[in-house]
Amino acid sequence: MSRTIQPAPVRKVLTVPATPQRAFEVFTAGFDRWWPRSHTIGKSALKEAVLEPRAGGRWYGIDDDGSETEWGDVLVWEPPGRLVLAWRIGADWQYHADLLTEVEVRFTEQSGGITRVDFEHRLLERMGDAAAALREAIDGPGGWTSILQNYADVVRAG
Amino acid sequence: MANRHLAFKALADATRREVFERLAAGPKAVGELAEELPVTRPAVSQHLKALKSAGLVTERREGTRRVYQIDPAGLGHMRAWLDQFWDGALAAFQAEVIRTATPESKHERRSKKK
Repeated sequence: MSRTIQPAPVRKVLTVPATPQRAFEVFTAGFDRWWPRSHTIGKSALKEAVLEPRAGGRWYGIDDDGSETEWGDVLVWEPPGRLVLAWRIGADWQYHADLLTEVEVRFTEQSGGITRVDFEHRLLERMGDAAAALREAIDGPGGWTSILQNYADVVRAG
Repeated sequence: MANRHLAFKALADATRREVFERLAAGPKAVGELAEELPVTRPAVSQHLKALKSAGLVTERREGTRRVYQIDPAGLGHMRAWLDQFWDGALAAFQAEVIRTATPESKHERRSKKK
């Protein structure tokens, strides 16, 4: 079956007790202070999370062993109202330079010193290619299925 | 705000997770699911409705039947996972904004609430 379903974007809305300026600042410059340490695709523990504060800047993790794991880059840098990040991690949890899914964060001032944060992670259907490639690697010729088949054959022959 | 946690909540229910997992094995109609599971047909329909609004399954018509399926590329799982991933990340962001709020803004907020 080759039918592909388009997954809906992941959307979140939250409010924070701050001006849009400060909310944007904490989100970007303060990125390392709040990004959960469990949220990494690196092989060792996450030591630092970096979001370079400019369009074209990178966002990435630095692991305990000093190695960097790429997540993507900054597509739109419009403080204090809007930030768009490229998330280039596929369903296989690997970085793919040519995979583009978008994370948009908008900061809107509300009354009473509150900022509304509208979050959206979209174009998730593009991860399907990476997911299919991964499944192929596992199930296809040369993948685990055939390796295990070879093993089973050897055992049976023995 | 209505969509918040939707995918996560949809899969938090054990029966609904069971429905989702059955569909992961292949597309099925409501009646088929009701036969396989110890729940009534209307209950299955309710679970499917919740899964559908969470973006985890889709439906299509096949003659007089409605057939439900998850994304064959496994993106339903991925989406559900990302949904929780971002819940965690954004909750941490929110906590950090509150933690670093100036005493004035905290005070402001308190007096506004009165």
